[in-house]
Amino acid sequence: MATSPLFTELDQIFIILRDWLVGFLPAALRPAAGVVLCVIIIVCLFPGLFALTTVFERKGLGRIQNRLGPNRVGPFGFFQPIADGIKSLTKEDIVPFSANAVVHFLAPLSLVVAVFMEFAVLPMGRNMVLVDMDAGLLFFFAMSASTELSVFMAGWSSRNKYSLLGAMRAVAQMISYEVVLLLSSVAVVMITGSLSLSTIVAAQNSYTGIFPHWYIFTPWGLAGFVMYAIAATAETNRSPFDLPEGESELVAGYHTEYSGFKFALFFLGEYLAMFAISGLGTTLFLGGWSAPLSFLTFIPSWIWFFSKVMLSIFVFIWMRGTLPRLRQDQLMNFAWKFCLPFTLLDLMVTALWRFMGEGWLRWVVSTAILALAYVLMGRMGMRKEHFGPRRYRYAE
Amino acid sequence: MNLVFYLLAALTIGGGLAAVLLKHLVHCALATTVAFAGLAMLFLQLDAQFAGFAQILVYIGAVAILIVFAILLTRGSELPKDGVFSRSWFVGLVIAAGVFAVLGWAVLESMRALPQQTAVPAVTVHDIGIALVGRYVLPLEIVALLLTAATIGAVIVAMHEKERPR
Amino acid sequence: MLGEGILKGMAETAKNFFGSYVSKERLTTVEYPEERIPAIEAARVFPFLVYDGADWEAGLRCVACQICEKECPPKCIYIDKSKDKKPDYVGKQQFYPTRFDIDISVCMSCQICVEVCPFEAIKMDNEFELATDDRFGGLLYDRKQLARSNEYYHSIHPTEASEVDARLDGEKAKVEAKAKAAAEAAAGKAASEAAAKAAAPAPPAGGGS
Repeated sequence: MATSPLFTELDQIFIILRDWLVGFLPAALRPAAGVVLCVIIIVCLFPGLFALTTVFERKGLGRIQNRLGPNRVGPFGFFQPIADGIKSLTKEDIVPFSANAVVHFLAPLSLVVAVFMEFAVLPMGRNMVLVDMDAGLLFFFAMSASTELSVFMAGWSSRNKYSLLGAMRAVAQMISYEVVLLLSSVAVVMITGSLSLSTIVAAQNSYTGIFPHWYIFTPWGLAGFVMYAIAATAETNRSPFDLPEGESELVAGYHTEYSGFKFALFFLGEYLAMFAISGLGTTLFLGGWSAPLSFLTFIPSWIWFFSKVMLSIFVFIWMRGTLPRLRQDQLMNFAWKFCLPFTLLDLMVTALWRFMGEGWLRWVVSTAILALAYVLMGRMGMRKEHFGPRRYRYAE
Repeated sequence: MNLVFYLLAALTIGGGLAAVLLKHLVHCALATTVAFAGLAMLFLQLDAQFAGFAQILVYIGAVAILIVFAILLTRGSELPKDGVFSRSWFVGLVIAAGVFAVLGWAVLESMRALPQQTAVPAVTVHDIGIALVGRYVLPLEIVALLLTAATIGAVIVAMHEKERPR
Repeated sequence: MLGEGILKGMAETAKNFFGSYVSKERLTTVEYPEERIPAIEAARVFPFLVYDGADWEAGLRCVACQICEKECPPKCIYIDKSKDKKPDYVGKQQFYPTRFDIDISVCMSCQICVEVCPFEAIKMDNEFELATDDRFGGLLYDRKQLARSNEYYHSIHPTEASEVDARLDGEKAKVEAKAKAAAEAAAGKAASEAAAKAAAPAPPAGGGS
């Protein structure tokens, strides 16, 4: 890949800017100041993206639903998040009288903190990881698991049975799909041989001809990506898995009793979790910051990363506009009876792929096994149950 | 022993004490979670990345939630009538002191038995993986068997109630 | 196959999304209040009183028969009958309402008052932007506020108004024809009576001298 020095500089422009800014400080403070600067940039950039995404979501959903989105504030409604921000900051912060004030306060805080930590290991461009950890993937999932606890804290501390019900549903859903998420990522780790996210991206950064070696272009990678996408939608409580915050069912689920800025923090946490999980999916399956075609490498790597993340966000919005909500038991059935067996099979096919050696045979065999399994499991696992008199497990 | 270690130790001990002294059981579960987090950070301070993150992922992400679910699905969420201190506290104190003595002796002995290790052993995830399927494969399989048995048992216990009310 | 329906659904929503920029039928939103959808002819909101001619008091068709007041289900019409009479469109002397109030916060737009009115005096309007900040009298419409000309009625419900006009003209023509026939009959009778009277006193006058 011969790129001119201009494009290399453009690619590394943020690193260059950071080094220049930090160069004003004495040498002892430079590493710490560099890290602090990067943290500040992340903390400002992703909420800004969040604001933009809320407008895109509302306008996108509107267009899908044959209507305009908000179009009064600013040109084509793009200043709407400013109006929303002002509204949420000036609303009264209501804490229910019998609620557990300390836990009620800590829940949105712990959610946002855990989600912001997830951004520390995402490689957003060439040499642009905040902390290049050896076990970066594990760190990401550890932070993602902490968000479940804060969801539960929110629902329980509100002292509201609907909130508690929403929180229990949310936690059950998040735990079930977290298994699928982890197992589909393990396939990538198996092939790459490392838990470090920058290594995973570097392994996908090569080209045969003009086509990249992204993992999504392999049979096991495609199956893994589909499972990852489903599990990611469920982890972030997004439609069609948004029963915990089902607006027409549980008022607002676990964030019913939150108003004003705390609600905005929950909203922020949910969207940031979406960004983070899209970022991880991009890193694992879509090649991270590498360009899709070998002659497009002159475009800076961070542009590719953020384009892929925003593309994933648009697909999330698209799914939200298309699908009706899943019921809790349908959701859980789907996770344990289809997604988990299929992901386990995907793991085995990945191992088969690895040990079969190069050549066209492994493509054919893997594709055949996965397609057959998909069709069979789809028919067997998701067969409609017979409608008879309903048996209640605990009510009699 | 630097400042960070003392802070983390204080956090862990504080979490543990809160877990046994608080009145409301869900508060105790959340305090236990704080203790887990303190432990995880202690692992990270010792540069055991895998152990620390696995601690967060497994203990805080799964075990703490399991404890909380167990509290909520049983009657544990009601405030205890007799207070949180049990009547046989002296026996408990003796047993706890005995366990602490054994653990303390083991730690101090290990400091003397092993050669002075100042360098941090560079154990990567790769090494842990190789150890798990090489040297420690038998414990791994036994643990897997145990987990499978637990899962099957849970399913049976939950399913059995369907047959009883006839 | 699993997932087929989802893909078909996603194709449909994508069509909706991109189609909403190009075709009007995919984006049916009207940006009220800058644009409005024109009302269809049968739209109805609250009643109004029709008057013929230029003077609303003289041309008011309502004769205060109070049928609509009695038939109104939520009883939102309040009528006071006059003591004197004035001529209506065919010339007959009729009562008129000195007070005709409709409480539009109660009116449920059922159109029963329109159906039962024998004089085509009360019809449905289609104006709906009637919000007011005066909640004590602002929603009680009196006679003057309710009166609208026949031309206005034609402008909002053209077919209905033409039918009504045709019927009223027919009635008027019948009444006039009857009046003319009666006048001719009376004139004929008067003429024959006059002729008989002219013929009768002639002989006694001849026998006298």
